[in-house]
Amino acid sequence: MTGRFSWFNATSVALGFAFLYIPILILIIFSFNESKLVTVWGGFSTKWYGELLQNEAYLNAAWVTLRIAFVTATVATALGTIAAMMLVRSGRFRGRTLFTGMVYAPLVMPEVITGLSLLLLFISIGMDRGMLTITLAHITFCMCFASVVISSRLVTFDSSLEEAAEDLGASPLDAFLSVTLPNILPAIAAAWLLTFTLSLDDFVIASFTSGPGATTLPMKIYSSVRLGVTPEVNALSTILIGLVATGVIVASLIGKRAERITEAT
Amino acid sequence: MKPNRLLMAIPYIWLLVLFLAPFGIVIKMSLSDLAVSIPPYTPQLDISEGWAGLRALFANLDFENYAWLADDPLYINAFTSSLIIAAVSTLLTLLVAYPLAYAMACAPRRWRGLLVMLVILPFWTSFLIRVYAWIGILKSEGLLNQLLLSVGVISEPLVILNTTTAVYIGIVYSYLPFMVLPIYAALEKMDGSLLEAAEDLGASRLSAFWLVTFPLSLPGVLAGCFLVFIPALGEFVIPDLLGGSNTLMIGKTLYVEFFSNLDWPVASAVAVVLLAILIVPIFLFQRQQQKVSEQ
Repeated sequence: MTGRFSWFNATSVALGFAFLYIPILILIIFSFNESKLVTVWGGFSTKWYGELLQNEAYLNAAWVTLRIAFVTATVATALGTIAAMMLVRSGRFRGRTLFTGMVYAPLVMPEVITGLSLLLLFISIGMDRGMLTITLAHITFCMCFASVVISSRLVTFDSSLEEAAEDLGASPLDAFLSVTLPNILPAIAAAWLLTFTLSLDDFVIASFTSGPGATTLPMKIYSSVRLGVTPEVNALSTILIGLVATGVIVASLIGKRAERITEAT
Repeated sequence: MKPNRLLMAIPYIWLLVLFLAPFGIVIKMSLSDLAVSIPPYTPQLDISEGWAGLRALFANLDFENYAWLADDPLYINAFTSSLIIAAVSTLLTLLVAYPLAYAMACAPRRWRGLLVMLVILPFWTSFLIRVYAWIGILKSEGLLNQLLLSVGVISEPLVILNTTTAVYIGIVYSYLPFMVLPIYAALEKMDGSLLEAAEDLGASRLSAFWLVTFPLSLPGVLAGCFLVFIPALGEFVIPDLLGGSNTLMIGKTLYVEFFSNLDWPVASAVAVVLLAILIVPIFLFQRQQQKVSEQ
């Protein structure tokens, strides 16, 4: 659409972004509140950050969550890449409809159903619940997100380039590694980041599939929030928001630079 | 590259085992009975009995839990109120998202990347934290009431937290990017000269919008509605943290049956019914996605 940016448009943007960002800003401001009450300003202080860093339950949960997210993102992106190749390049094969269904359904499936069904699976095969079961559950729904992200890039990539490489004597694997992979690399990086965040963020599926000894950060946050609003949770939220914002901004800057380099060459 | 078959089989088998097969187990569980044992249900498959064990298992499965769900108004109310809440909040999200997406598509090209990033950014921050942020705003001594009281709009605090209103706010807030992005994508692709043509032919700006722009953005609107409605129907965190005990939603009912009442068979029956309701929208969503990706 061509731009005719009116006053109505400007107001929509301003109100929309105010709605999206004011709650987050308030959360961040009150993490620096001296008072224990989250809604009454009692002066500036960073004491909740200090208390947070001494709270071992939070630190342990953060470590568990990071390890799960790292393994999940890596495996889910690898499987998602294969699934995307299958969706985009395989043409018609037996069970294609079922496969497409299984890739798209988890994107919208209510988490309570995914969580319950995976838990019953782990119980019925007698698997001890803990970090491993959470990771398996996360890989399952994350790989679907990864394959959707990667296949949207793969669709726009001209497969005749790969055929040309094969005609010139490259093995199919070589052609994939030296022609296709570099081209879909931005999508693969985006998929890794997305699945890492999804795993980091998940509460419902993790709480179904975890067992004693494996408490993730969202589970810990949830149990403190149930007991009431606490400044510690605000401090933790601010740290997480800061990390994510930095990550996303750095990733988009890298993306922009890569774009400029490809345009220049 | 013709994808290597053996390699290709891995995600297929993974999803068969960890996505599809578990539904079979949920269905079997929904036909079982609650029992005081570990794990807390009966019948259980006795492998040592072999064929007879399997037959005994099937003989003891029944539809008792479904009859229970149909009898108890709690479950029926939970299903209907979830459907209403999900439908209303999808509509509200659309009303908030459309003007924003429209403005983004009208914005000068060099701003658009930044605007899209600003819509996505909250989605990358924890869902739980974003819902939590609203508790401090909406509670009776919270910031919204403080503001309204000091301005003098109201004389006593409004009760918003622990009501359905708070659930609506939470759903619209959390799912807004899922509605904005598909609508924006549809509008951005639109050919601006179509609008000029409509106006040259005498249409007012408003009628040009309803006759040209809106119909062309429908695929995005539909995708957005599916992306909000389907997960909202089974939502647990938002009704649990913002809706309090007054809000009945099916995702919460399932969670409570499983974790508080330890009634696995009834929780499974609830899941099966929820899935049966969702199968139609999920199927329509997939058809729509496939159509879009084939274009």
